[in-house]
Amino acid sequence: MTIHQRDWEAFVTPAKDGAVHMDLAVDGITCAACMGEIERGLKRLPGIRSARVNLTSQRLAVDWVEDQTGAEEIVRELSRLGYTAHPFDPASQKERQDQTGKQLLRCLAVAGFAGMNIMLLSVSVWSGNATDITPETRDFFHWLSALIALPTVAYAGRPFVRSAFGALAAGRLNMDVPIVIGVFLAVALSVVQTLQHHHHAYFESAVMLLFFLLVGRYLDHNMRGRTRSFAENIAALKAEVAARIDIEGSVREVPLSKIDTGDLVLVAGGERVPVDGVVETGQSDIDQSLVTGESMLVPINPGQRVYAGTMNGSGALHVRVEAASGATLLDEVNRLLETASQAKSAYVRIADRAARLYAPLVHGAAALTFLGWLLAGMTWQPALVISISVLIITCPCALGLAVPAVQVVASGQLFRCGILLNSGDAIERFADIDTILFDKTGTLTQAEPELFEDLDPEDELISLGGRLALASRHPLATVLVKASGAIVPLPHVEEVSGAGLKTLHEGEELRLGSPSFCGVDDAETERALNSVPGASMLAIRHGNKPARLLAFRQRLRSDASEVIDTLRQQGYAIEIVSGDTKPAVADCARILDVSAWRSGMKPAQKIARLEELQADGRKVLMVGDGLNDAPALAGAHVSLSPVSAVHLSQAAADAVFLGDRLMPVVDALRLSRKARAAIEQNLWISALYNVVAVPIAVAGFVTPLMAAVAMSASSLAVTANALKLKWGEGKQFSSPVGGTGQIGRARGGDS
Amino acid sequence: MDVLIFLIPIALFLGALGLAAFLWSLKSGQYDDLEGAKWRILDDDDLPGDNR
Repeated sequence: MTIHQRDWEAFVTPAKDGAVHMDLAVDGITCAACMGEIERGLKRLPGIRSARVNLTSQRLAVDWVEDQTGAEEIVRELSRLGYTAHPFDPASQKERQDQTGKQLLRCLAVAGFAGMNIMLLSVSVWSGNATDITPETRDFFHWLSALIALPTVAYAGRPFVRSAFGALAAGRLNMDVPIVIGVFLAVALSVVQTLQHHHHAYFESAVMLLFFLLVGRYLDHNMRGRTRSFAENIAALKAEVAARIDIEGSVREVPLSKIDTGDLVLVAGGERVPVDGVVETGQSDIDQSLVTGESMLVPINPGQRVYAGTMNGSGALHVRVEAASGATLLDEVNRLLETASQAKSAYVRIADRAARLYAPLVHGAAALTFLGWLLAGMTWQPALVISISVLIITCPCALGLAVPAVQVVASGQLFRCGILLNSGDAIERFADIDTILFDKTGTLTQAEPELFEDLDPEDELISLGGRLALASRHPLATVLVKASGAIVPLPHVEEVSGAGLKTLHEGEELRLGSPSFCGVDDAETERALNSVPGASMLAIRHGNKPARLLAFRQRLRSDASEVIDTLRQQGYAIEIVSGDTKPAVADCARILDVSAWRSGMKPAQKIARLEELQADGRKVLMVGDGLNDAPALAGAHVSLSPVSAVHLSQAAADAVFLGDRLMPVVDALRLSRKARAAIEQNLWISALYNVVAVPIAVAGFVTPLMAAVAMSASSLAVTANALKLKWGEGKQFSSPVGGTGQIGRARGGDS
Repeated sequence: MDVLIFLIPIALFLGALGLAAFLWSLKSGQYDDLEGAKWRILDDDDLPGDNR
C-alpha cells in the first residue's frame, strides 16, 4: 500500500476575504444528530468560518481561512467522527447552485403574483359587464391589468422565448413556438382592445397560461436536477482521482481533470486504473471485466497497455498517461459513442411530436377563422379578435403540463425503485421496448467475483490461506479473506509482484497465488478451468503437500433468473451479448435458459448486432455496465446501466439503477408502460378540450371567462391524471432510496 | 366607487410585498435544504449558557 498525499489545492475554490470553499459528498449522514455532530466538530477546528450540511443533497459546504487549517485536516476530522467524505472536483461539478432552477422559480413566482392580481381585476370586469360597470372603471381595470401583464410577460416569458427562438434558428418547431405566438398576440391584442375601450381584454389568459406552463417546466427541471445531483455525489464518492508522480518523485492525488498526457501515474494494488496508458514499471494482474467483459485476470508487464476502468491486482504500477494518442480503446469507444448518440438524437419526444402536429393545425384554424369571418362580411378587426381568441383558447396549456406532470410522478416512482433517469424522455422510450440485450459481466452477474464453491471454514489450509491473503489488496485475496473469515494476519509475508504471496509457517513455506506460482501443473489448471468456465484461479500450497485450487468467478445477481423469467413471460425477446469467453457465456445462458447469446463481442460488434435488430424494426433496451458496452448503450433505443458501471457507460445510459438486484429492469419497464399510458391519456384530455372549445371559439361565442375556466380545468385534469400513477403502487417496493446506504453499496462495488 | 383608486394600489402593493418576500427567501437559500431545516430546530447549540 502506498501512502500518498492528495493535492488539495485542486479541490478548493477561492471565496471572499481570503477564505476558501470546498464542497464534499459525505457518506453516512442519516439524521439530525449526524448533521449537528459534523457541524459542531468542524467548527472546533481553527479558522473555520462556516460548515453547513445539506441533508437533502447529502453534501457539506465548508468555508475556512486557508492559512489556519488545511483541507486535509477537515477530511481527517470528518473521518475521525466516522464519516467518509470526498471533495467534488470543481471542474466536474458544473453548477454550484442550481441557477436555471432558481430562475424558473423566480419566473413562476412573478407569473403567479401577476396572474392572481389580473384575475382579480378580470373577474370584476366580467361581472361588471353583466351588470352595470361604467366604461371608465372598466378601462381603468384594463390599464391596470396591462401595467401588471406587460412586465410579467417580458420577464416570465423569457424561458419560452429563448427556447422558441433556439428551435426556429435550428429550423424546427417545438412546443414553445405556438406558446410564444399565442402569448404575445394575446397581450398585443389586449392592448389594442384597451385603447379602443372594448369590453374584453385577454391579459389574464396570457399570464395564467405562462403560469401553468412554468409550473410544468419547473417540475420537469426539478426531476432532472435531483437525479443529476445524486449522480454527482456517486461520482465524488467513487473518488475519481489519480495519483500523479511528480518529477521529484513525490506522489499527489489530483482530480482526473488535472491529468495530462505524458504524466506518470501510480496505481496501487487493488485500485482501479484511472487513465489509459502504458505500464513503465511494475507487474500485476488486471481485471479487465469492465472494459472487455472478460472475467479472467490478465497478467500485465512493463510496456503493456492498461485502460481506465480496469482493476489492478496486487502489484503497484507506474503508468505513463497516453489518453490523447487517438489509438486507445477509450478513444475508440468514444468515437463509436459519438456516432451512436447522434443516431439516437433523431428520436422526437412525444410532446414535440404533438407540438409538430399541433402548431400548424392551430395556426391554420386561426387563419381560416379570420378569412371565414371576412368572407362572411365582417370587418377585419372583429374577425381578428375572434381568430386570436381561437389561438388563445387552443394554446397548449394542458399540452404543456400533460407530459412533464406524468414524467415527474413517474420519475419519483422510479427513484423509489432505485432507478435514476438521465433523460426525461427515457420513460417514453422504455415503453416502446420489445427486445432486451443484456451484457453478462457486471450486469447479469455481480461486479465482484465470488468463490465458486462453498468453503469449509474448519479446513486448515483454507484458514491459513485466508490469513495470508490479509496481506494483499488483490481483489481475489479480498474475496478469500471474506470467505474464510480470517482476522489474524501471518507475520513476515513477502509479496511476489504479479504472482502471489509467500511466508514461512511452522517451518514450511506457505504460498498463495497463481497456480504456476504454487507449482500446479498446467494440465491440472486446464482441467479445473474446464469444469468451471470463465473462472479465475488461485492456489494455496503449504510445504510439500499438494496444492489446493480455488475457482473464483462472478456470480449471477441473486434475482437474475427470476427477472429473466418475468421478462420472458411479459413477451420481451432476450439476448445476451458479452465480451467474455464462449464457455463462460454459454454457462450463464444455460442457467438463465436464454437461447440467444453471443460471446467475445467487441464494442463495434455489439453495436452491429444492435443495428441489425433495429433494422428489423425492433426497439432495443440495452442493459450493460462496461466500457465495451458504452457505444451500444448510447445507440440503443433506451439503455440501463448498474451503478457499479464505469463513468462513461453511466453517462451514456438513459438510466442508472442502484443496488445488487436486477429487479429494477422489470420495474422500469412496468412503470414506464403505465406512465406512457398516462401521457397518452393526458394528450387525449387536452385534445378533447380543444375539440369542444375550438368550435365555440371559431363561432365567436367565447368569452374570456369561459377560456380561463376551461383552461384551468384542463390543466387540473391532466395533473390529477398524472397523480393517478401513484395509486396502486403502494409500498411494494424495497426500501426507498435513502441515499447513504445505496451510495455505500455502490461504492462498495467499486472500490 | 372612487375608493377603488386607493384600494387597488394598496392591494397590489401588499401582493408585491409578498412576491418580494418570496424572491428574497429564494435568494437567501431558504429552499436549498428542505430536509435538514426540520431537524435544525431540535439543535440546542444556540441556547445561551449551554456548556455541554
